[in-house]
Amino acid sequence: MTLAQSLAIGAPEIMLAAGAIVLLLIGVFRGDDSLTGLSWGAVILFALTALTVVDDAPDRLLAWNDLYVADSLSAFLKILILVGAGASALMALPYLQRVNASRFEFPVLIVLATLGMFVMVSANNLLTLYVGLELMSLSAYVLAAFHRDEQRSTEAGLKYFVLGALSSGVLLYGVSLIYGFVGSTDFTAIAAGLSAGEERNMGALFGLVFVLAGLAFKVSAVPFHMWTPDVYEGAPTPVSAFFASAPKIAAMGLLLRVALDAFQGLVADWRQIIIFMSIASMLVGAVGAIGQSNVKRLLAYSSINNVGFMLIGLAAASSAGASAVLLYLTIYLVMTVGSFLVVLALCDADGRPVETLDDLAGLARARPWLATALSIFMLSLAGLPPLFGFMAKLAVFNAAVDSGLWLLAVLGVLSSVIAAYYYLRVVKILFFDPPADVVVADGQGRAVVNNGLMLAAAIFCSPIGYLLLGPLSAATRAAAGSLF
Amino acid sequence: MLTAMILLPLALALVVLFLPGDEAQKARLAKLVGLGGTLLLFAIGLVLWAGFDSSTAAFQYIERAEPFGGLFSWHLGVDGISLVLVLLTLFLMPLCILAGWDSVKTRVPEYIAAFLAMEAMTIGVFSALDIFLFYIFFEAGLIPMYLIIGIWGGKRRIYASYKFFLYTLLGSVLMLLAMLWVAREAGTTDIPALMAHDFPLQAQTWLWLAFFASFAVKMPMWPVHTWLPDAHVEAPTAGSMILAGVLLKMGGYGFIRFSIPMFPDASVQFMWLVFGLSMVAVVYTSLVALVQTDMKKLIAYSSVAHMAFVTGGLFALNTQGVEGAMVVMLAHGVVSAALFFCVGVIYDRLHTRDIDRYGGVTTNMPRYAVFFLLFTMASVGLPGAANFVGEFLVLSGVFQAETWVAFVMTTGIILGAAYMLWLFARVMFGAQKNADAAAMPDMNAREWAIMVPLAVVALWMGIYPKPFLEPLKAPVESLMARVERANPPQTPHTKIARGDVQLASATEPALAAAGHEDILPAAAGDGDTK
Repeated sequence: MTLAQSLAIGAPEIMLAAGAIVLLLIGVFRGDDSLTGLSWGAVILFALTALTVVDDAPDRLLAWNDLYVADSLSAFLKILILVGAGASALMALPYLQRVNASRFEFPVLIVLATLGMFVMVSANNLLTLYVGLELMSLSAYVLAAFHRDEQRSTEAGLKYFVLGALSSGVLLYGVSLIYGFVGSTDFTAIAAGLSAGEERNMGALFGLVFVLAGLAFKVSAVPFHMWTPDVYEGAPTPVSAFFASAPKIAAMGLLLRVALDAFQGLVADWRQIIIFMSIASMLVGAVGAIGQSNVKRLLAYSSINNVGFMLIGLAAASSAGASAVLLYLTIYLVMTVGSFLVVLALCDADGRPVETLDDLAGLARARPWLATALSIFMLSLAGLPPLFGFMAKLAVFNAAVDSGLWLLAVLGVLSSVIAAYYYLRVVKILFFDPPADVVVADGQGRAVVNNGLMLAAAIFCSPIGYLLLGPLSAATRAAAGSLF
Repeated sequence: MLTAMILLPLALALVVLFLPGDEAQKARLAKLVGLGGTLLLFAIGLVLWAGFDSSTAAFQYIERAEPFGGLFSWHLGVDGISLVLVLLTLFLMPLCILAGWDSVKTRVPEYIAAFLAMEAMTIGVFSALDIFLFYIFFEAGLIPMYLIIGIWGGKRRIYASYKFFLYTLLGSVLMLLAMLWVAREAGTTDIPALMAHDFPLQAQTWLWLAFFASFAVKMPMWPVHTWLPDAHVEAPTAGSMILAGVLLKMGGYGFIRFSIPMFPDASVQFMWLVFGLSMVAVVYTSLVALVQTDMKKLIAYSSVAHMAFVTGGLFALNTQGVEGAMVVMLAHGVVSAALFFCVGVIYDRLHTRDIDRYGGVTTNMPRYAVFFLLFTMASVGLPGAANFVGEFLVLSGVFQAETWVAFVMTTGIILGAAYMLWLFARVMFGAQKNADAAAMPDMNAREWAIMVPLAVVALWMGIYPKPFLEPLKAPVESLMARVERANPPQTPHTKIARGDVQLASATEPALAAAGHEDILPAAAGDGDTK
């Protein structure tokens, strides 16, 4: 593989890296006034990158001495990440201007985090994985503390950083164990090494447990979820939206690749771990959310709950399971971004963000469309037909039934009923309760872009989304196909 | 045509939400659009009925498209069983809209939109020929009903709406898993194909139970009926009408469409479970109805008792039983909706459902009394009114299957007469205890417009049920053919039918014959103990 070929295959990452530097330079010279321009610049950069990603050949290409892989799985995940990151960059604009935090670093950090995620999903080596993960995480720590004057935000940043550093340590420890016992950090070599030996490689198994723990932290699966509600609540809302969308996709995609590619020989072993994490996440996410009074915390638990459902697809360890996870990720991305768009649009008469559920009581009177949109997202997250979120759940349950994981499937559907309670509670607060009149009627008339995004997300989650099933399932099947 | 019938109310629901004008104008326009739309749909339904070929069990008006990437298809069609239920829905909907015409004053456009969405989902449930499409419609109907109870309901509406939603959802999700397995096993999501597929015997037990979990809750059967009284009491009048009239029928429809044809062996195996629950329900809920002080609650419990007749009839697994169950469903759909409306009429005037607050209403509302009496009698099962035909058929079907079950269920008719007549006596006869109750004016034109069609249909079904029975014949026959392969008849009454079936089953594959071997000893055992 020549350098030129490698450069060509790595074009999306190179574009993002160069773009981030250019944006940063523009920001430094033009100052904070350039926030709007830079955000749009980031979006254009994302769009251009998306073109180079789509341009990639669908077959598996290795580059940089097999450190890096470009296949249809990475292409699919990269598109999702770009959508999530682009939406986060755009939807933050009105918020940052409103709370006087319009600093130009915001879009730059998002681009850098996106670069990290790109490296993650294209990793074919545990060290590439680690580099990507750290690049994403370091940008994310800064983003969490973006409101540096506010205690909650800095607390969230610090908490995220300390726990994130711990999980990175755990991950690295696992990587070192695997290297020690298998002799390579390359995914293909690990897969070959594990399937070659007659005896069970206990050392590698230990390493696998640590790697899974580190990745579980990133997808906020129980029992590594503790940071999620605090960080989502403390971080500025657009940052929470970003955390809930793009990094989850990258980490889940990475988990798919590590589990199904590098450790395909140890399916029986890691499956138990994934099943446990899945059940625990579904239950903790469902039960934990019931008592929440803050919308962002509620959404944090909701994301824990949904990650549990995605892990069902991974536990199935089949092509159907992997494509179900990808379909789930796609729908989850839109539902989550949509929910946070609604939260961003909520502000009281003084323009302060409204986050308490009680303050949303009777929102359907003052802001009927906002309330309708939030209800669509909530019911879709709950996986209730006829909303599109149902398809996501159907796909993972189908994979579980296919692989004969009955207990997991039954516990999954039961926890989805528990979870339905708190999603319905939001609908009840919005529609049934007497108005609290905290959110003003004309809060955000100007935020055309946000409203447009919200409308698009709501239409996607509505039954109309089903019409996209054809192309979507073809794409997820193709992407999952590159793992098997 | 069926696609249009599903999309039209949805489109109208959107139109209603975007109406111009101020609050009062919007409300007025919304009601007109709602009424016009539902009447138009009813007219389309009549056209459907007129063009329907009753001589065949095959699905008609079939429409098929693949917009969902091959995961499942948009596949619609009706046979006689679904046709009559679709017609029932279409008939009740305009009446429901009229029923809330004056009493609903807040958020009228949303109210109408919820009903229109509900109608679309219900038509979808009864005409879906793809198992996942069915599930989507089946569950989607919960959301508008949740809103109807939660927004326009009574004092404990929030509790009732949660209970309604979560109870039904809990039952359904287990069915979803079973559906996934079924679709995987048979390699198709097509309902007609699935109805003819022979599932392995061991699996049938579990699958049957999973489907039963959903339909029993929806039906509702004792002991999972407790959501129903709460939902009925808190729902607005029109909500109760549609809930009792149409939504409960989805459970019975599910049994006919899925449980019995897909898992005939398991249906035979679980016959006694259903009989047991039905017997308890008939006696127990009738007794509970007897002591109610809330009119709506009383009628809600009577619904549970009537639905027990349906389950009993269905799982008698003979022609009379199943046909009777269908007729009970239709009759109950009309009569219970009418009874809920009767309660609504006086509730609108006095704003209480407490039986004690009324008394001697006959004096000041004589015309109302005539209709209320008619529907009371129909509900009791008086010959000449709708329920009689169905209940008689059900009882004769059950009698053939198990004499003692018929004996116990017949007590339900006596108890039914007791609680309904006593209700009527307490509300309508006796002294006029309260001045405000004595001052209630008689029915107005709108209420006449609702009562008369309901009364006409209730009598029509009782006196000349042939048009309603006709479309049922062929599909019920083919259902019986399917069942009898798993359940060779034991009683002399059905011997003739057995001969036909043996001819038919001679051509069946050996696999199905193997199924007989397994089930025969158990069936023979049953016969010996009698």
